[in-house]
Amino acid sequence: MLEINNLHVKLEDEDKVILRGVDLKIGAGEVHAIMGPNGSGKSTLSYVLSGRDGYEVTEGSATLEGQELLEMEPEERAAAGLFLAFQYPVEIPGVGNMTFLRTALNAQRKTRGEEELSAGDFLKLVRAKAKTLKIDAEMLKRPVNVGFSGGEKKRNEILQMAMLEPKMCILDETDSGLDVDAMKLVADGVNALRDAGRSFLVITHYQRLLDHIKPDVVHIMAAGRIIKSGGPELALEVENNGYADLLAEVAQ
Amino acid sequence: MNLPKAKQDALTARLAGLSFDARGWLGAARSEALARLGAMGLPGKRDEYWRYTDPTSLTTPEAPPAAAFDAGDETPVFDGIDRVKLVFTDGVFDADASDDLTLAGVEIERLAEAGAADIHWAQGLYGALEARGQTPVQRPLAALASAFASDGVLIRVTGRAAKPVSLIYRHVSETSDAILHHCVKLEPGAELTLLENGPAAARFTKVLEVEVGTGARFHHIRAQGRDHARRAATHVFARIGAGALFKSFTLTANGRLTRNDAVLELVGDDAVAHVAGASMGDGDFHHDDTVFITHEGERCESRQVFKKVLKNGAVGVFQGKILVKPGAQKTDGYQISQSLLLDGDSQFLAKPELEIYADDVKCSHGSTSGAIDDTALYYLRSRGVPLRQAQSLLVLAFLAEAIGEIEDEAIAEDIRSRLEGWLHRHAH
Ligand SMILES: Nc1ncnc2c1ncn2[C@@H]1O[C@H](COP(=O)(O)OP(=O)(O)OP(=O)(O)O)[C@@H](O)[C@H]1O
Ligand SMILES: [Mg+2]
Repeated sequence: MLEINNLHVKLEDEDKVILRGVDLKIGAGEVHAIMGPNGSGKSTLSYVLSGRDGYEVTEGSATLEGQELLEMEPEERAAAGLFLAFQYPVEIPGVGNMTFLRTALNAQRKTRGEEELSAGDFLKLVRAKAKTLKIDAEMLKRPVNVGFSGGEKKRNEILQMAMLEPKMCILDETDSGLDVDAMKLVADGVNALRDAGRSFLVITHYQRLLDHIKPDVVHIMAAGRIIKSGGPELALEVENNGYADLLAEVAQ
Repeated sequence: MNLPKAKQDALTARLAGLSFDARGWLGAARSEALARLGAMGLPGKRDEYWRYTDPTSLTTPEAPPAAAFDAGDETPVFDGIDRVKLVFTDGVFDADASDDLTLAGVEIERLAEAGAADIHWAQGLYGALEARGQTPVQRPLAALASAFASDGVLIRVTGRAAKPVSLIYRHVSETSDAILHHCVKLEPGAELTLLENGPAAARFTKVLEVEVGTGARFHHIRAQGRDHARRAATHVFARIGAGALFKSFTLTANGRLTRNDAVLELVGDDAVAHVAGASMGDGDFHHDDTVFITHEGERCESRQVFKKVLKNGAVGVFQGKILVKPGAQKTDGYQISQSLLLDGDSQFLAKPELEIYADDVKCSHGSTSGAIDDTALYYLRSRGVPLRQAQSLLVLAFLAEAIGEIEDEAIAEDIRSRLEGWLHRHAH
């Protein structure tokens, strides 16, 4: 599904290198988790994959189902099936949540040569999905993320994901800021989407989320590199011992 | 007091080609306006409220030629709205294209026919609000319109108008120089929506005087036409009585030069005045909103919401003042003027002013100028919204507060579709 080879990234405006050779391969239907200390480059990786400005790829490649991701515009990546649930979802005053969702969904369908969804069908779909995520109709009417609580913003990200049905879902700390019940809701939302044709990359600091969304592989990222990969037990190790041992291990 | 020679010469030259009609009660009002104009002279570049906008092309004897524009790729503005239409072509009333001027609760007279008739209610109104509006800031082009208007409408509203009155201004001749003057009087408790649309002429000078009686409600929505080369100097003077409401919204897309003055006086207690504008310019576009709101009554509310979208060297100007007179306690005044600069060439000049002589008031004003928010743009694109469409969504979001001042949802939707059309046509 997603294949990242030796990815090196620096900031466009500064001589600051953030990613120093990331290698990652996620097969179809797999769930991978990335953990790692603050500032290790996890969000940067997700931004570079989704096409945010301000970063320069100096080496390496990334492909989604064989298509070169890094050459595409952000909207093309989305239409190709990539989705990023933001660590900090963006507030857009003046743009209604419904308008936003419908425009996005129909734009993707159009790009893929599918028919646009009628207003009625769209409404039915969004209401059903919102209900399972306990997002009330009032929230859907408001401008995108404006005045949403931290947890509401995260649930809104998952709602977008559920509506857009991407193939490759990257979740950047979707669990932070969520209460226990909301985390369960979000995890259920993710699990409902799991299938053989869809993959997930879950960035998190906490093992707790991974109790709900069971990963196939756990990676540890530090200083712009994946320093160790393993099974779910790796997340437990981090939870219990922190990163010190792992970092020391690599330093040897 | 004599005018300086240059000002006197410019005025004489401008008036040489205009015919003055001194007949009847209207003639008397026109004579007073002419005297006001004679004392002021035409606006000059050094006048305090003309520093950002060069008035020369608005004051030359001949209108600078402007080709008529064919907006046939869109349905006419307000097409779907049921209304009573009055059509003026290059400033001349077109009876064939207009509806029958009957509307329950509303009296509609043409200015060109009013001079000979005895229209008692208009006699104290014509030119009166314009005259009041000459202090403390002079507005000579308004006095010019009062003195020389070739036509206009006089509307008296005694009840709740069943549908809007719609003034349609067609522009055909490349050299037309239209001068119109309208008066609207809303009796206590009356209600009217006035629509205006179209460029009117190569050059358009206009006054609209509105007397909003106690508890009356007046809605004004206009679209100034898509002509690129036209010029316009328009004025709204309103006096708003106790518990009354005045709301005015203007859409300006294109136009070489537009100056829209709004002079609003909240004279009764608990009155409300909102004035808003959305303007969009690409290239040779200069748009100036100059607003003066006076709070006299207690507990009155005023809002000024002006948004400008500018690209390719377009220029936006906003001069807005709130004057709170002694005794106008509990005034709630709000003013926002913002521009969205779609490139580095465009310019926004803003001059917000507050002058407050009462101690228990709440007044706020803000002015910003900025580009499209990159982060929001990226967020939209990351969800699959193509660049152009994402930009368009954000521009409409920027304009939303101004459009939100239109209460009628069907009219607001019509205006919104014009903005979308413009953005679509002007997406690089
Ligand atoms: N636009 C930027 N300008 C300056 N520094 C940046 C920028 N983007 C990222 N960085 C820096 O790059 C490093 C990696 O940041 P990134 O946000 O990717 O970390 P992270 O692993 O997601 O951290 P966290 O766990 O705290 O979310 C940090 O040192 C950060 O300050
Ligand atoms: Mg991060």
